[in-house]
Amino acid sequence: MYQLALSRMREFYREPEAVFWVFGFPIVLAFALGLAFRNTGPGRLQVGVVAGPGDSAVAAVLDSSPRLVATVLDTATARLRLRTGRVALVVIPGDPVVYRYDSTRTESGLARLEVDEVLQRARGRKDLVAVRDDRAVARGSRYIDFLIPGLLGMNLLGSGIWGVGFSVVQARQRKLLKRYMATPMRRSHYLLSFILSRLVFLIVEVVALVGFGWLLFGVAVRGSFVTLAGITILGSFSFAGLGLLVASRAKTIEGVSGLMNLVMLPMWILSGTFFSYARFPDAMIPFVKALPLTALNDALRAVMIDGAAVTSLGTPLAIVGAWGAVSFVVALKIFRWR
Amino acid sequence: MTPPDSGDVEILGTPWREGAAGRALRERLGIQLQETQLADKLTVSEVLALFRSFYRQSHTVEEVLALVELEEKRKARVVTLSGGQKQRLAVACALVSKPELLFLDEPTTGLDPQSRRQLWEIIRRFRAAGGTVLLTTHYMEEAERLCDRVAIMDHGKIIALGTPKELIASLGADHVVDFALTEGGISQDLVEVLRQMGGVNAVRTGSDGVSLTVVELHRALPALLALLQQRGVELSLLTTHHATLDDVFVALTGRQLRDT
Repeated sequence: MYQLALSRMREFYREPEAVFWVFGFPIVLAFALGLAFRNTGPGRLQVGVVAGPGDSAVAAVLDSSPRLVATVLDTATARLRLRTGRVALVVIPGDPVVYRYDSTRTESGLARLEVDEVLQRARGRKDLVAVRDDRAVARGSRYIDFLIPGLLGMNLLGSGIWGVGFSVVQARQRKLLKRYMATPMRRSHYLLSFILSRLVFLIVEVVALVGFGWLLFGVAVRGSFVTLAGITILGSFSFAGLGLLVASRAKTIEGVSGLMNLVMLPMWILSGTFFSYARFPDAMIPFVKALPLTALNDALRAVMIDGAAVTSLGTPLAIVGAWGAVSFVVALKIFRWR
Repeated sequence: MTPPDSGDVEILGTPWREGAAGRALRERLGIQLQETQLADKLTVSEVLALFRSFYRQSHTVEEVLALVELEEKRKARVVTLSGGQKQRLAVACALVSKPELLFLDEPTTGLDPQSRRQLWEIIRRFRAAGGTVLLTTHYMEEAERLCDRVAIMDHGKIIALGTPKELIASLGADHVVDFALTEGGISQDLVEVLRQMGGVNAVRTGSDGVSLTVVELHRALPALLALLQQRGVELSLLTTHHATLDDVFVALTGRQLRDT
């Protein structure tokens, strides 16, 4: 059993591609997405002013606002830039002043408010109610805070299913399973060796991804590390079981690849890895929530972002565990040993 | 390991089954399968350590490496081994359990003569140490050299069983004469005459010539040459050899060895 698990690990780490896809890829992905969606606030909004009488005066007033950048443009260019999103709003000076913008774009809505405010004030409008801004940045509200737990879940799913599925089917294709059957090896030991070796890699995966998020983006783990470890172990077991199930009958690598994608793709999209599953129609939500990756992501986010205690995570953890247990038992029943 | 179509499989007096009894039986066996490809990325000694771990009692990795003379390759990955070395490793995996009974499935198929002899040596040593070997092979020469008893199978049925000597003796003659004529075809009446000739046991014609099994070569051969001269035909080929299992196989199945 120990030797089996050891062989699993050796076969894995001697496969440079596999190492990259399991450890390198999620980190590259986190890095890229973290950069693209870094929270710098709305920044300064680009606004166009159509050339005409009084254009430079309007542009100067708008430019004086710390939240706006105004450029004087001819009508055609202004139209083009508005359409391609390079300016959020176009001001046509005159009487009345015309604001041209796409009201479905958040940016444009903000620009409309800001531009109007600045122009009205410049003409002498006074505030009727005294207000005071109280700025606060909520902890864990950045995209990267949302992303890292999702990537962790996705990674556990991917490495569980890939790691287990491919080796099982490869061993079957090479008649290695048949050869093992000719020895007194216990079948359950063979299957358990996968889960055991997954556990070792799990530690590396989790430390790498969480450590990366923490060092580069300051994504902290607010809950206890013990809870986080427990959840990832449970998730990893569950997905290894799922991987065994996927690989239990397939005879060729091609066959199992298709099955793996069938299992993983819907979960990547539905389970709230890159964006919240709350965006799906309400009717779909119960189904989405029943997926193991959804449950795992929810649990991971609850611990990492909200610092939830393990006791409050009964439902998602039960879902993850049930998927794993059922898959493992079914896999053991229907496994093709030759 | 393939479920039986019918009947029961019994090895060393124990039925072949799954579960605890099956495991106890497997402890006593060593099996090499023709089609198994071991994990490429593991080294020779890692593969042996893995197989060793399945058994309650076994050779150490070093012992079994010595048995198959792969000591120099202990750190080499399986993928880098030659065909002969891979085959010896497969046999080593079968030997590691100190088996009473060793199954070898065409262990030398596709190997160069050098590697074949090395494997034969390994098998001989195992036998000399008191082990039993069940070997399947396409090479009659191999069976003749290594085996005490040979069963010839054709279309899944045993068609002959005995020691190599007995099987060869069953031909009823100990020499084989092969010849071919420059003129090509051999007339039917020539075949008849050959059949009647003294000392000739059987005549078989093929596309490449005629094959006679004869008892007394020193009498049959001059007779054959005289006959051919009398008929005025010329020989393009004439060879004689002691009868081998090859000849037994061909005589029994009526065709040359097929690759099935």
